[in-house]
Amino acid sequence: MENTVIELAYALDTFYFLVMGAFVMWMAAGFAMLEAGLVRAKSTVEILTKNIALYSIASIMYMIMGYNIMYSGTDSSWWPFAVDILTNADNSAEDVIASGGDTYYSGLSDFFFQVVFVATAMSIVSGAVAERMKLWSFLLFAVVMCGFIYPVQGFWKWGGGFLDAAGFSDFAGSGVVHLCGATAALAGVILLGARKGRYTEDGRVVAMPGCNMPLATLGTFILWLGWFGFNGGSELMVSNVAEANAVSLVFVNTNAAAAGGVIAALITARLMFGKADLSMTLNGALAGLVSITAEPLAPTPVLATLIGAIGGIIVVFSIVTMDKLKLDDPVGAISVHGVCGVWGLIAVILSGGSSIGAQLYGTVVIFAWTFIVSLIFWSLIKMVIGLRVSEEDELTGVDLAECGMEAYPEFVSK
Amino acid sequence: MKLITAIIKPFKLDDVREALSEIGVAGITATEVKGFGRQKGHTELYRGAEYVVDFLPKIKLEIAIDDDLQQSAIDAITQAANTGKIGDGKIFVSDLTQVIRIRTGESGAEAL
Repeated sequence: MENTVIELAYALDTFYFLVMGAFVMWMAAGFAMLEAGLVRAKSTVEILTKNIALYSIASIMYMIMGYNIMYSGTDSSWWPFAVDILTNADNSAEDVIASGGDTYYSGLSDFFFQVVFVATAMSIVSGAVAERMKLWSFLLFAVVMCGFIYPVQGFWKWGGGFLDAAGFSDFAGSGVVHLCGATAALAGVILLGARKGRYTEDGRVVAMPGCNMPLATLGTFILWLGWFGFNGGSELMVSNVAEANAVSLVFVNTNAAAAGGVIAALITARLMFGKADLSMTLNGALAGLVSITAEPLAPTPVLATLIGAIGGIIVVFSIVTMDKLKLDDPVGAISVHGVCGVWGLIAVILSGGSSIGAQLYGTVVIFAWTFIVSLIFWSLIKMVIGLRVSEEDELTGVDLAECGMEAYPEFVSK
Repeated sequence: MKLITAIIKPFKLDDVREALSEIGVAGITATEVKGFGRQKGHTELYRGAEYVVDFLPKIKLEIAIDDDLQQSAIDAITQAANTGKIGDGKIFVSDLTQVIRIRTGESGAEAL
């Protein structure tokens, strides 16, 4: 009987892990729709191509090398070396029973759950560099990001490296996933420059309205749904009363933070601009979600709402500030995932989860590593094949220039 | 015969069509157009940045009528399309030298 219970718990936790991973996979659809909605019509096909291609590159690169770097279980806390975990046999029934329940999910389910996280980090980059980056330059960077940059800093925290040892706390990845993705995007945006005509010489910011707000809204809802897998799955276990309760709290807090982010961003935008800007409101939902991702288990639902709401306020100011700095981010990815990612990491101390020192240490390390290494690789790509499409191609639209087709061929658009 | 060309607000199309049918106008051609008048478009806001919409969407109506219907058609359009706010549009009246019904070959007032 006891053995059957252990096997059943193993099956249940593995099943939970896989379903939550599938939820996170669906976030790729959310990012694709959000970005397709917030770019101009002439850049839609290309951003969709980038999204499905980067997801696939992430899947392959993380399988070939990323997972081994991140979870190699090496003796060094600084330099992970590759041990091929994926080719090892999965847990046998005897091993699971012998572990007395300590081995509680399939090794491959862990790989699956981790691989969809890499794709999320990379999806953040595509939105920020939209409408002007060469398709193949972007995909080349995706190879490096998913195979190397992300896994190394992931190893430092989740793989048991020195950040983990330093007491840095990041439950589901405000830092490891979101800050990392946003930082790589920031390095790219700095080297790439703004979309043509975005900032005038007299210092004015020219709005470039997204072409499809219903798609952007759908994308945000999909991401919101996917986030239950992102945070809920990161509890890693559901098969006893305590864990089931913990997972429930994570779900409730994740939802509450997103709701707080929406309302806060909606009101902030209304007060600042005089209108209830939908695109800012959508960013507010994601800002709330990113903010709670570093610690969705410890806060009460009310505190989670507040943490999300502060993220929702921060994101509006951050987006406006980014424009003042002439850092063109069509979808607000750097503000949502980077600035709110940092806020989320700091907010961990509100529920007593860590110390401010450890959180800042982790933030600086992840930012510095990702920024410097990304900058190097972006620069290399820029030197060898270039980052930016030609001015003419940008004016025509990257859809026709890179993919040879339009998303809405029967619409007249500019 | 006259050709009345009216530029109106898109949401007023149904009201204007009804008003014109009531006075006996037999046919209307409507086109979606864009343009500006004395206000020179207007500015909108997106993510905190302003942008200018130079050309606003309007509906252009073309109505061919006999001379005796001219004033009542103008009155009908003016009344139905009026909101009292800027951007209500304009009515242009021009002489129409010939009209031919393609199916029968009838011409002039017969073809209206």
